[in-house]
Amino acid sequence: MVSMSKIATGNGHGENSPYFEGWKAYETNPFHPIDRPDGVIQMGLAENQLCFEFIKKWLMEHPEASVCTSEGVGRFKETALFQDYHGMPEFRQAVAKFMGKVRGDRVKFDPERIVMSGGATGAHETVAFCLADPGEALLLPTPYYPGFDRDLRWRTGVELVPVICESCNNFQITRNALEAAYEKAGEDGLRVKGLLITNPSNPLGTIMDRDTLKSIVRFVNEKNIHLIGDEIYAATVFKSPEFVSISEVIEEVECDRDLIHIVYSLSKDMGFPGFRVGIIYSYNDAVMNCARKMSSYGLVSSQTQHLIATMLNDHDFVDDFIVESREQLFKRHEYFTWSLSQVGIGSLKGNGGLFIWMDLRKLLKDNTFEGEMDLWRVIINEVKLNVSPGSSFHCHEPGWFRVCFANMDDNTMEVALSRIRAFILKNNESIVPRKLCRRSSLKLSLSRSLSRRIDDFMSPTGIMSPHSPLPQSPLVRART
Amino acid sequence: MGLLSRKVTCNSHGQDSSYFLGWLEYEKNPYDEVKNPRGIIQMGLAENQLSFDLLESWLDKNPDVAGFKRDGQSIFKELALFQDYHGFPAFKKALLDFMAEIRGNKVTFDPNRIVLTAGATSANETLMFCLAEQGDAFLLPTPYYPGFDRDLRWRTGVEIVPIKCTSSNRFKITASALEDAYQRAQRKNLRVKGVLVTNPSNPLGTTMTREELDLLVNFITDKEIHLISDEIYSGTVFSSPAFVSIMEVFKDQNLEKTEIWERVHIVYSLSKDLGLPGFRVGAIYSNDPIVVAAATKMSSFGLVSSQTQYLLSAMLSDKKFTKEYIAKNHKRLRKRRSMLVAGLEKAGIDCLESNAGLFCWVDMRHLLSSDTFEAEMELWKRIVYDVKLNISPGSSCHCTEPGWFRVCFANMSEDTLKLAMQRLKSFVGSITGNDRSHQELKNSRRKFSSKWVFRLSFQSFHDREQDER
Repeated sequence: MVSMSKIATGNGHGENSPYFEGWKAYETNPFHPIDRPDGVIQMGLAENQLCFEFIKKWLMEHPEASVCTSEGVGRFKETALFQDYHGMPEFRQAVAKFMGKVRGDRVKFDPERIVMSGGATGAHETVAFCLADPGEALLLPTPYYPGFDRDLRWRTGVELVPVICESCNNFQITRNALEAAYEKAGEDGLRVKGLLITNPSNPLGTIMDRDTLKSIVRFVNEKNIHLIGDEIYAATVFKSPEFVSISEVIEEVECDRDLIHIVYSLSKDMGFPGFRVGIIYSYNDAVMNCARKMSSYGLVSSQTQHLIATMLNDHDFVDDFIVESREQLFKRHEYFTWSLSQVGIGSLKGNGGLFIWMDLRKLLKDNTFEGEMDLWRVIINEVKLNVSPGSSFHCHEPGWFRVCFANMDDNTMEVALSRIRAFILKNNESIVPRKLCRRSSLKLSLSRSLSRRIDDFMSPTGIMSPHSPLPQSPLVRART
Repeated sequence: MGLLSRKVTCNSHGQDSSYFLGWLEYEKNPYDEVKNPRGIIQMGLAENQLSFDLLESWLDKNPDVAGFKRDGQSIFKELALFQDYHGFPAFKKALLDFMAEIRGNKVTFDPNRIVLTAGATSANETLMFCLAEQGDAFLLPTPYYPGFDRDLRWRTGVEIVPIKCTSSNRFKITASALEDAYQRAQRKNLRVKGVLVTNPSNPLGTTMTREELDLLVNFITDKEIHLISDEIYSGTVFSSPAFVSIMEVFKDQNLEKTEIWERVHIVYSLSKDLGLPGFRVGAIYSNDPIVVAAATKMSSFGLVSSQTQYLLSAMLSDKKFTKEYIAKNHKRLRKRRSMLVAGLEKAGIDCLESNAGLFCWVDMRHLLSSDTFEAEMELWKRIVYDVKLNISPGSSCHCTEPGWFRVCFANMSEDTLKLAMQRLKSFVGSITGNDRSHQELKNSRRKFSSKWVFRLSFQSFHDREQDER
């Protein structure tokens, strides 16, 4: 009897991890403000839902962005036929320009180097196929996005070697950690082909400073290995320090550009994960050409290319969007972290991403990963919040959790916060600060720039988010 | 450098093939009725451009869908966020209903067995990853779609072993050809994991007979291997015999509940039937739940855009539309094929009798200076450079006999097709003129052929997505 491949029957897809228990709990009992007010609130999904009204307004004013409206149908046929893996020129121009704007126009991206992929998921797999053969390895700083275990390894046969980062220096990547990982790989008989960094970081929500980035660029040049910069959260940096891209640093440090590759997507910055817009931007011509051929396996739908091209070629809209998005993320982040601090819960100081890296070490009964899992189950089953345990991100230390804040409306956020408060007060009074600030004194304790926005928090408006994107569909599966 | 993977430096992507020279020449000098009437006419592109008016008229009547709305309400946000790799249920249902309708509703499909992928390109590669290991092999009847060399082999490491079909029986698959391919694989120490057929066939444009399908079922039963049926052209069957899907054969033979059933997998796409290659809509339909589960997860690497799923779920759910579309599309394809065949006849050229697809399998053996692939290449280059038609040489489809060419008919206007046929007629007339001796003809051909410098340099090819299906 013929068998299937090991890839098909094995666990390389990574979905058997306990991480998905939280998903199951959520899917069997998802929160809904009216139908299921005691359901599980999804805080494990790094989606950016804060700017849809802004985008919808633009769409209503630009029916030509769809090739199906009477204004756009003149382009329907040529769009429907367009399957050139180079991608539409206007799409590439729009994306290149957007990427530049997100980096404050400090660098320019060449539209001819833009290569499409099936989301960042497809981009990562393709880059791994291009840079490494089966059995070779990539270094990854921990904690890292769980999907990398699948995207970089599953069908490629590439191995991942962690670069251990620790809370004692806020999980920053150190030269020592890089060297240690490189050596360990060597000892294990693995040939290291590259280093992949996610900047801004998932799950940390922090950005890498210029010096760290320079040090990383020097490291890869010395070892003659590739550097893959996943900059999928570039536009989610909502306060200083400003985001610094690999593309900027290579202008400042001597570097073999053939080693440098950027992965990007519109899933986080614009909140469009459903449209599957992934981008590979490699400074290496051979990699660019190869990735372009491989993009056949995950081209961006031409219908979507047209929409994105029209939208992102509207530079006024883009400028306004970037500002609006940052403001919304800032508001949400500040309110959320402040509210948590009121009950003694801290998080890593972050300025980007769609989540916080929450520090619950004080709540662990045992300072072990079993202790972390126990706490996590309590959070899911009793507090009814789906948050992501640090171990699923290969964090080296137990007690950290990633908590997403941008995938829900203000009301749901309030419910989540009240549940957290109730849980802490009930179980762990010792960690709550003596004086619990009440909302009425909120304005006094926050900085002037924030207080202007407090009224927005205090009288929540906003549309109730549905518990699932489409009424008749099953709930969205975990992707991040 | 030496720092990249072997996949970058090898040429399994297949784009170094001589075949792409035609593409390059076309792109340098593309025909345009007004702007470039002496340019090269593209006949190597298996696109269906005949029925866009039907799609556009549907869009005109359904403005809600166009504007990301349902029942007047915006659903943009829901669509933008929808990345569930299980796919949009309404779309899967509509797609399966469409597939069933194409099969005369003689079979039904189970929505739990379909996996959506970014085009058939992705579907075929994904199935290889699921069914075979590096170094395993799949048997494919020749001639076959050149893109398979890349899609099935490049990143998967799977090998292709040809099942040699010949013109002696109109390229039908025979039991001995199957067995011969299997033995050849064994001699190369390749473990055969399955057979992949394209039905209707690209490049032949024919549907498989029941006898062939029965043969296949017996063969995979006997060898205990998989069968992949790429049915991407199933909606282009415009005349009899009617399309018989592998699903129907299993149903008729009461094999649906058997273990063999689980080894049958279908690939589909809307690129040919609906003429929407740009939208990247592909699908795997498998009767094996393990394959479905694995392929679903793999589809993460190439999901169908939610925007596209939504548009097409609305369109394909409109049964009045699909019925009308299928009927009109068939009629137009039939007519267009007749035009091509008539034009070829006037040039003294035959083609394989066909009832499907967007192309004809044209017999130009009598125009070869010798019965060799070199002569085929010579002739092809003349047709590209001199006659200014980009058609696909049989060797690029791994045909075992020289002299056959795939010529597409559905990717241009009627006038352009007529012009192409006139050019061909003039060309044939000029080389088979009555007052020229055979030797003179051969001499003049040699003079021509020495002019053509055959460049295989990687850099010189204009890279392009495979349009030659």
